[in-house]
Amino acid sequence: MSLLRVENVTKQFGSLVAVNNVSMTVEQGELRAVIGPNGAGKTTFFNTISGFLKPTSGQIIFNDEDITSLLPARRVWRGVARTFQITEVFPELSVRENLRTAVEVTAGYRLSPWLSGDADEEIRARVTELMDMSGLVDKADRLVGELAHGDQRATEIMMALALKPRLLLLDEPTAGMGDQETYDITQLIRKLHHDQKLTIVLIEHDMRVVFHLADRIMVLAEGKVLAEGAPKDIAANEAVQAAYLGKAA
Amino acid sequence: MGDLDINKQAPNVVVWLLLLTMPFWLSHVGGYVQLGTQVVVLGLAAMALNFLLGYTGVLSFGHAAYFGLGAYGTAMTIRYLVPSTGLALVVGTVVGTIAAAIIGPLIIRLRGVYFAMVTIAFGQVFYFIAFRWNTVTGGDDGLTGWTRLPLHLGFTTIDIQNNANAFYYLVLVLFALSTGLMAWLLRSPFGRTLIAIRENERRARFLGIPVDQHIWMSWVISCCFVSLAGGLYALLNNFVDPRALYWTQSGDFVIMAVLGGMRSFWGPLIGAAIYVVLRDYLSSMTENWESFIGLFFVLVVLFFPRGVLGMIRRRVMS
Repeated sequence: MSLLRVENVTKQFGSLVAVNNVSMTVEQGELRAVIGPNGAGKTTFFNTISGFLKPTSGQIIFNDEDITSLLPARRVWRGVARTFQITEVFPELSVRENLRTAVEVTAGYRLSPWLSGDADEEIRARVTELMDMSGLVDKADRLVGELAHGDQRATEIMMALALKPRLLLLDEPTAGMGDQETYDITQLIRKLHHDQKLTIVLIEHDMRVVFHLADRIMVLAEGKVLAEGAPKDIAANEAVQAAYLGKAA
Repeated sequence: MGDLDINKQAPNVVVWLLLLTMPFWLSHVGGYVQLGTQVVVLGLAAMALNFLLGYTGVLSFGHAAYFGLGAYGTAMTIRYLVPSTGLALVVGTVVGTIAAAIIGPLIIRLRGVYFAMVTIAFGQVFYFIAFRWNTVTGGDDGLTGWTRLPLHLGFTTIDIQNNANAFYYLVLVLFALSTGLMAWLLRSPFGRTLIAIRENERRARFLGIPVDQHIWMSWVISCCFVSLAGGLYALLNNFVDPRALYWTQSGDFVIMAVLGGMRSFWGPLIGAAIYVVLRDYLSSMTENWESFIGLFFVLVVLFFPRGVLGMIRRRVMS
């Protein structure tokens, strides 16, 4: 059974067709990369999956359930978590508080006016676990807004992970990063994919990252699927080279 | 760790010591008890507004509506229904809270300036009702012919009617309960979802927080305490008029919160104290006292954007 099935999704803004009849099937445990030139409709496509935008037509089936018109929060409850191209965190809160909020909401305490000692203990433990996993421990009490870009991004990814997602959507996780930061984030994503068997779909511009991480790659151009397949097939695909790789390299 | 805790508790200790001893020192610095009571009542209103503004990131310019509903609810209960101060306060608070709960769903989807404008519009509706419905509300002249009554507690009677100090302490007890409850909520998981919404609504949404629902709850809680403050304000003055509902009253609450510092828990109380004292002092010297408060407000916003308390905090930290 596939975890995510996107069927013939189209998204129009007025007369502009940003995403044109795109279908995609992602298997449990797969890491799928979505690539394509600027303006190819990658982020719009992503937004229809996460619930940020409602598609004009088509269906999104997650875990055998039609989630096409569900609100974002309800998709999160079903296990769809995402990060954004421009990092979205709580800048005036510490790393610990950022993660704590995510953990509490996931544990079902979002309306609780208080926590029992046990519940509090459990939440602290989970927050520490998440910080250990990402190397954010020594920055636990720093305000996220004051951290380097890479650490902010790591915090955002760990917040998404705190939601215990079944599907993690990453929109350009290494955008605007230096080599070291790119490497660190790539290792983090790799770890999540390998160790936790997490299903991940990511949009990425950095081809080193894409070919290092992805099990399968889908190429979008002008809102349509140009090609789809294993990394080595995509690298050899002439249409892709013409439309995208040629320009990038 | 120990030092940190002392630092964190110090402001609370100072605020409570000052409030508890206020009737004993206020007259020595040129004040009077009613002035202190005003500070506490308006401070409660500003802190209630700040629950929404400073801790959820939603600006309401219509809180006077619920302040006024609390005031009229309290006054009209004593005037027309039962001669009981306690019951009247409960009625006033409940009326204001229910109105907010009903209006809430109509406005919580709006953001920023649109939200602010619509809260003003709803506020003005209540203002005009109070203004026009002469026979019941007393219209522009206000509702008179009633006073707050002694509080019968069964085993004893507290004469809040004639003893200004007794009334001050009644107000202070309700202030303590209200602010205690707000502080407690803000430190809870629910409170953290509100701060999350303030910090980044999009992120909050994609953490699985139904943002509109949480904003509605914050709005109702905020309006509940503002209604209580309104009821106390009517009792303090033994009088209520439509100005308690007017949109400039909402503006005053916002000014108090911003003046004192909307990112600090006690900031709005400090703002209310500055506002009330300045008004009392300046209005005895000039009719144009509002321009001086305005000037002071502009200076604070320009030079201390985090408010008076924010500035003090920064001094202490550095």
